Amino acid sequence: MKVLLRNPRREIEIEGRRRVHALLAELGLPRESHLVIRNGTLIPGDEELDKDDVIEIRPVISGGF
Amino acid sequence: MKCRTCRGPAIIELPRHNANFCAEHFLQLCRRQVEKAIHDHDMIQKSDRVLVAVSGGKDSLAVWDMLIELGYQADGLYIALGIGEYSEESREYTERFAAERNLKLTVVSLRDDYGYDIPTATKVTGRVPCSACGMSKRHLFDKAAVDGGYDVVVTGHNLDDEAAVLFGNALRWDVEYLARQLPVLPSRHGFPKKVKPLIRLTEREMAAWCVIRGIDYIVEECPMAEGNRHIGYKEALNVLEEKSPGTKASYYLGFLDRMAPVLAPIAATGADSVTPCVQCGAPTGGEEGSVCAFCRLVERSAAHEPVSVELVRKKSRSQKRVQAGAAKK
Repeated sequence: MKVLLRNPRREIEIEGRRRVHALLAELGLPRESHLVIRNGTLIPGDEELDKDDVIEIRPVISGGF
Repeated sequence: MKCRTCRGPAIIELPRHNANFCAEHFLQLCRRQVEKAIHDHDMIQKSDRVLVAVSGGKDSLAVWDMLIELGYQADGLYIALGIGEYSEESREYTERFAAERNLKLTVVSLRDDYGYDIPTATKVTGRVPCSACGMSKRHLFDKAAVDGGYDVVVTGHNLDDEAAVLFGNALRWDVEYLARQLPVLPSRHGFPKKVKPLIRLTEREMAAWCVIRGIDYIVEECPMAEGNRHIGYKEALNVLEEKSPGTKASYYLGFLDRMAPVLAPIAATGADSVTPCVQCGAPTGGEEGSVCAFCRLVERSAAHEPVSVELVRKKSRSQKRVQAGAAKK
């Protein structure tokens, strides 16, 4: 599957199927500070991702005061 | 995974509520949290004219969207900070949001209206970028609210922001800052009333609000805020939150319930020595006849030739490396 990451913006390829929470854990990305989006829709942690999926993992932490 | 309210398919899990929600009931939860914050802290009346401080990021656009949905009369103010492409892009998101909803947006440009920008001010002051940025924004939001006759200024500070600031203040035991860290700053001495309706919602929830509502916002981090202390505090709190969901809410909302009243006498002291700035007339904490910090910043920064974002970031990174090296020794 294709995974779009941000800060900096980049794309990586992940082999095989995974659940969302397993993918986040594999990439070392905390659930509390990320959302996973597929086709403009949020997907929850237990959703199974297919090898042909294109997803965005969007960080939500901002640093301004 | 099922929605707690309707048992339909959920799109988001919220461990701190020990529940999952579909889009419709997640939005309902967010609206209720904002209404509760507004009600509990007496933030805004339906008849108030509201000025929303918008940055093009998720929080300020989400709070503007929510206030309009809830029936408030809310206009926006965007400050063009001159932080290269980041500022240009964030302005585009803000202007598009306002235009699509036919909302009134005022834009103030630091470079065009005051002759400086944040990278230049950072270079001139030699302090962290967020210092000049925060001070400029506070001054200009206050001024716009007073000049425009607004009753209240709304900012998009969320639960994570407030918990991180509280954490920083508590690490330093900065009692005066702790005493003043409230979700409502009443109007006094020429300063407008300021409120934070998102204090009961996390930034993950605000980003989710924007995705569900189809609000495009600037996702990329401000290049000048990269790696700042505030982000470090948020990351630390998120580690605790993952292990023990609800930690951030109990920490900050518990502070408001149980600690802020204890500190209230401190918050009330020292706030009466305010005089008007001799240059711009804005209230300032200095002695009679003094010039406010904003006017001093404008004077110094506008006299300096413009500095690029890259130059300031490069310097900041090399300073950090030197500091890290010194710390190891």
